[in-house]
Amino acid sequence: MKQLRPALTVFAMLSLVTGLAYPLAMTGLSQLLFPAEANGSLIVKDGKAMGSSLIGQNFSNPNYFWGRPSATSPMPYNAANSGGSNLGPTNPATLDAVKARIAALKAAGPVPEGPVPADLVQASSSGLDPEITPAAALYQVPRIAKVRNIPVEKIKELIDANTLGHQWGVLGQSRVNVLKLNLALDNYKAS
Amino acid sequence: MTGNAMMLLALFLGVLVLLSYPLGIYLARIFSGQNVGPARLFAPLERLIYRLAGVKADEETGWRSYAVGLLLFNIAGFVFLYLLQRAQAFLPFNPQGMGAVAPDLAFNTAISFVANTNWQAYGGETTMGYLVQMLGLTVQNFVSAATGIAVAVALVRGFSRHSSAVIGNFWVDLVRATLHVLLPLAIVFGLAFVSQGVIQNLSPYQQVDTVESVSYQQARVDANGNAVLDKAGKPVMDTLTTRKQTLAMGPVASQEAIKMLGTNGGGFFNANSSHPYENPTPLSNFLQVLAIFLIPAALVFMFGKMVGDKRQGFAVFMAMAVLFVGLTCTGFWAEQRGIPAMTALGVDQSHSALADGGNMEGKETRFGINDTMLFVAVTTSASCGGVNAMHDSLTPLGGMVPIFLMQLGEVVFGGVGAGLYGMLIFAILAVFIAGLMVGRTPEYLGKKIETFEMKMTALVILVTPLLVLGLTAIAVLSPIGRGAVANPGAHGFSEILYAFTSAANNNGSAFAGLSANSPFYNIATGIGMWFGRFLIIVPVLAIAGAMARKKRLTVNAGTLPTHGPLFVVLLVGTVLLVGALNYVPALALGPVVEHLQMLVQH
Repeated sequence: MKQLRPALTVFAMLSLVTGLAYPLAMTGLSQLLFPAEANGSLIVKDGKAMGSSLIGQNFSNPNYFWGRPSATSPMPYNAANSGGSNLGPTNPATLDAVKARIAALKAAGPVPEGPVPADLVQASSSGLDPEITPAAALYQVPRIAKVRNIPVEKIKELIDANTLGHQWGVLGQSRVNVLKLNLALDNYKAS
Repeated sequence: MTGNAMMLLALFLGVLVLLSYPLGIYLARIFSGQNVGPARLFAPLERLIYRLAGVKADEETGWRSYAVGLLLFNIAGFVFLYLLQRAQAFLPFNPQGMGAVAPDLAFNTAISFVANTNWQAYGGETTMGYLVQMLGLTVQNFVSAATGIAVAVALVRGFSRHSSAVIGNFWVDLVRATLHVLLPLAIVFGLAFVSQGVIQNLSPYQQVDTVESVSYQQARVDANGNAVLDKAGKPVMDTLTTRKQTLAMGPVASQEAIKMLGTNGGGFFNANSSHPYENPTPLSNFLQVLAIFLIPAALVFMFGKMVGDKRQGFAVFMAMAVLFVGLTCTGFWAEQRGIPAMTALGVDQSHSALADGGNMEGKETRFGINDTMLFVAVTTSASCGGVNAMHDSLTPLGGMVPIFLMQLGEVVFGGVGAGLYGMLIFAILAVFIAGLMVGRTPEYLGKKIETFEMKMTALVILVTPLLVLGLTAIAVLSPIGRGAVANPGAHGFSEILYAFTSAANNNGSAFAGLSANSPFYNIATGIGMWFGRFLIIVPVLAIAGAMARKKRLTVNAGTLPTHGPLFVVLLVGTVLLVGALNYVPALALGPVVEHLQMLVQH
């Protein structure tokens, strides 16, 4: 059992180094170098946190752009309990959920001809997805234009201004930040 | 599959080779005892640890002593992590006041992180305080990875030495892997993640005022926390409205970096790498998949360098790359194709400039189809198990890709260390099969392969399928096992098969609809993880010891070269053959049946 001493001592020392020194030093460095990011990329207005640019919020009124369906509990977009629906591709409940979401979109206001973009009716993985595709944003333009009485062209400009393309031309998918877009909508009304 | 997907895959493999090759050369030096580059930084700390622990750094041991040290160290880690979870309510760095973790869950989680599996039967942000995340989980993320590296290095030494009774010093390999390899890389990747938006703080959870209010239903509970039932015996639901959103916080980036680099995969949050605070941008996603493959690929190049013939490393790399590209492309294709019944409902799954299309259930917008499926293939090729999408919601064939990659034995780059030693075991099997075909005594890297090594090889190759299929059969036959599935039919079977495939192969990802946090699953997957790890490691170390003792044979005209395309084909064929023989019947009952059902559903 002469290996017991190294086993316990090496474990204790490596625990101190990787379990306390490393994460605490990283916290210090991050707070110094990237304070906004390290604390959650919060959107602050008049000294109050309105949300985070990385965490989606629930929108269900017709006057705002809607984001991805969220399967978190007990409420959608619960950022203290992330997760997806875990519904399988052939589960009848998957189809029922999508059917209901398509119906809700059509009931909320005018929609364009043709099929609904997949990301607007299929739930995200985290339940906190802050973004939708440009296709999903454009699908909602007729409704927003009608409810808010803003010209379609102006709304499309707002979408463009809040759209990010593929990072480095190849990574990821083109996307629109829903919270930022909706805040821009509210500002447009105010101006 | 789109052109964009091909470009992404090419970019990924290109950057991987550029970074992992020099890292492999660095690893070869580190495990030959040289202190180069970043190793000089932590060298004084290394000497201090040896002094306190009474380790004589220049004394090497045989395989038995190496294995005993390794097991003692891992048992100590298991006991400590179990106790830490049980005691977390009384410890600091716990601003949310998380209570003690239940005994069966703490048992499962402790094994899971010690065995480099990082299967999670809990939701991170609702279960674990910051101290357990740092001093418990992050520590095992480092040292379980370092354990894997040590075993791989010991096996490589078995091939590179001859007529030697010793294979290295476990304590030295463990400490050097942690301090000189994992720690410097974790600091660099961690800071890169923070720059992209991964959080790193010790604050309590933040409340923000949302733009819209949200109404939701919640079960009413009495003073004891039990649900209140109405006269019909149903829980009473209250409708609540709130304009508050609670944002979970924590020291995420420091754990995220080592979670990827150590092919651990245990997420800080329940949604793992699909949570925007764990993986906020396409670039952070790219860095994460890169971090998963970086060390496993570098170890392959280290192997070539240490056995004195870099071509041997290139051949193993090529075999891994062929399997990886084939299965990744299958995943791209299956998810882009989508679900026919969705199209019938009026859902647009087609690819355009404005949307990637495809099956978006359980996927994040910023990753789309391509970056999601690259992650899916990487995380299950390597035994990482982190997820940036819910695998349970993949199409049947898209979901079969991760299951099959795990069932190949986690040798397609594989876990840090585990991937290389697993693939070298398959190389031994491949030369054995080739030897049978031509009637010669098999040899690999100048070492004759004899009865003892073949017995150990057979053990290594058979342990995991026995665990996977045996435990799956038990779960499927028991009402408790079946009761945990979330989706009906063939998909429910896939959930169970996935769980035990993931556990015994030390991957850790899941078809997460399965309610795995029950005593039955916590104990059954715990058994799968522990034996799937250490019943492999011990025979591998035995092979290392046996190889080191042998004389080196001279190459002659009858020697099978193990560095050319012929050997790559032989190795790929062996891996596929063993995987298919073991698992095709099970796969036919799960994903294959479901695929056929999906095609006729609408």
